[in-house]
Amino acid sequence: MVPFGGWDMPVEYSGIVAEHMAVRTRAGLFDVSHMGQIEIAGKDALAAVQRISSNDASKLAVGQAQYSGLLTGQGTFIDDLLVYRLAASHFLLVVNASHIPKDYAWIAEQIKPAGDAVAVDSSSRYALLALQGPAALEALQPLTGVDLAGMKYYWFANGEVASVRATISRTGYTGEDGFEIFVPPQSADRVWQAVLESGRAADVVPAGLGARDTLRLEASMRLHGNDIDETTSALEADLSWIVGWKKDDFIGAPALREQKAAGVKRKIVGFEMLDRGIARQGHDAYIGDMKAGTITSGTQTPFLKKAIGMAYLPVEHTAAGTEFDIDIRGRRARARIVPMPFYKRPK
Amino acid sequence: MASYPDGYKYTKDHEWVSLSGDRGKVGITDYAQQQLGDVVYVELPEVGAKLKQGQSFGTIESVKAVSELYAPVSGEVVEVNATLKDKPEVVNSDPHGAWMIVVRLTSAGEAGALLDASQYQDLVK
Repeated sequence: MVPFGGWDMPVEYSGIVAEHMAVRTRAGLFDVSHMGQIEIAGKDALAAVQRISSNDASKLAVGQAQYSGLLTGQGTFIDDLLVYRLAASHFLLVVNASHIPKDYAWIAEQIKPAGDAVAVDSSSRYALLALQGPAALEALQPLTGVDLAGMKYYWFANGEVASVRATISRTGYTGEDGFEIFVPPQSADRVWQAVLESGRAADVVPAGLGARDTLRLEASMRLHGNDIDETTSALEADLSWIVGWKKDDFIGAPALREQKAAGVKRKIVGFEMLDRGIARQGHDAYIGDMKAGTITSGTQTPFLKKAIGMAYLPVEHTAAGTEFDIDIRGRRARARIVPMPFYKRPK
Repeated sequence: MASYPDGYKYTKDHEWVSLSGDRGKVGITDYAQQQLGDVVYVELPEVGAKLKQGQSFGTIESVKAVSELYAPVSGEVVEVNATLKDKPEVVNSDPHGAWMIVVRLTSAGEAGALLDASQYQDLVK
């Protein structure tokens, strides 16, 4: 167990590599109840969400979700989040555990000009389980009346799982097909046990924080605190697709429009190691003798069996195929920029 | 429960050394590999490197963390286990067999002060 955002969380159950491979080839069950939930409701809830969230929430139908950013006025990340449209004027935001109080304070303050809308921190009302992997559907379907096969990616539905009231969404943080299951905390253990039991035939295993990190990195998903933070803009993070360029002004929009017109000076890249060694967060990147950037994430990936990572580099050095050096504890090791995602699941 | 070979000597940093004449084979303990989790990379010195007791002789890296390897005894590296380059996971599956380096000891008395198997077992229990 390790302390994580105020929670004690298992890094691994059977081992990071075994859990990672289980998710890629069968399925793994994660307890991600640490994630925070903030709800915004009221007549002007859409306007409120539009103001604080970078993506365009007007595109969401009721029952649909989207990835987005909670941005500063400079267009950098206070946090990243998922926005669920529960009803026409009722939204659920899922945010990172360690930022719940900060996010809530920011949101409550910033939505005031939007009119009739209130924000509520409802984190304590939700436990969240994530069942991820190609066998997720077959393991979960017997426990619910919700038609999972008919649920599209990034849509959700209300129903029951193992006779427990639940919201099921076809989302995740692993690069695999899978579902996230919101349940009342007092029933989380029952649902956890039921899913493992139902998944026994498919050899579904519990998975921890360690595998969650290697899986998301292999799938090139950014981690707030590593790859994005209050110093990196949505454009630098190559997340232009979560910026609602066509919607009315939102926090950070003027700065991002300016940055887009002028061009960014640095940008995130994915890389793989050519020399032996594993680059880690905080290691320096060099182009020749020039310190050119910093590694934001890095690991040895269990499925691709390569040392990979992400870094910010000057934009003129970000073309795929470009080679650069990383200082790994005093030793220079060669790396090459590769297109992201590193891993994409077979269709 | 892991069993720690009786003939080995152990350090508080979780290395073992198996002595034979003036040679010592060095590896890390079962407890250490459990703490590290899946080992993916072992970086070892060149043959000929001179080590002082307690000095770092390399690094071992698992998916989740990097750790230094510390020399349990002083001496010169006379052999390096090249198979760990391609099969670092042997450190997990056979920690007390997966030796990393062989050292020719330069101070014979040092090893005597290390922990024996039962003392080490007490340390990690």
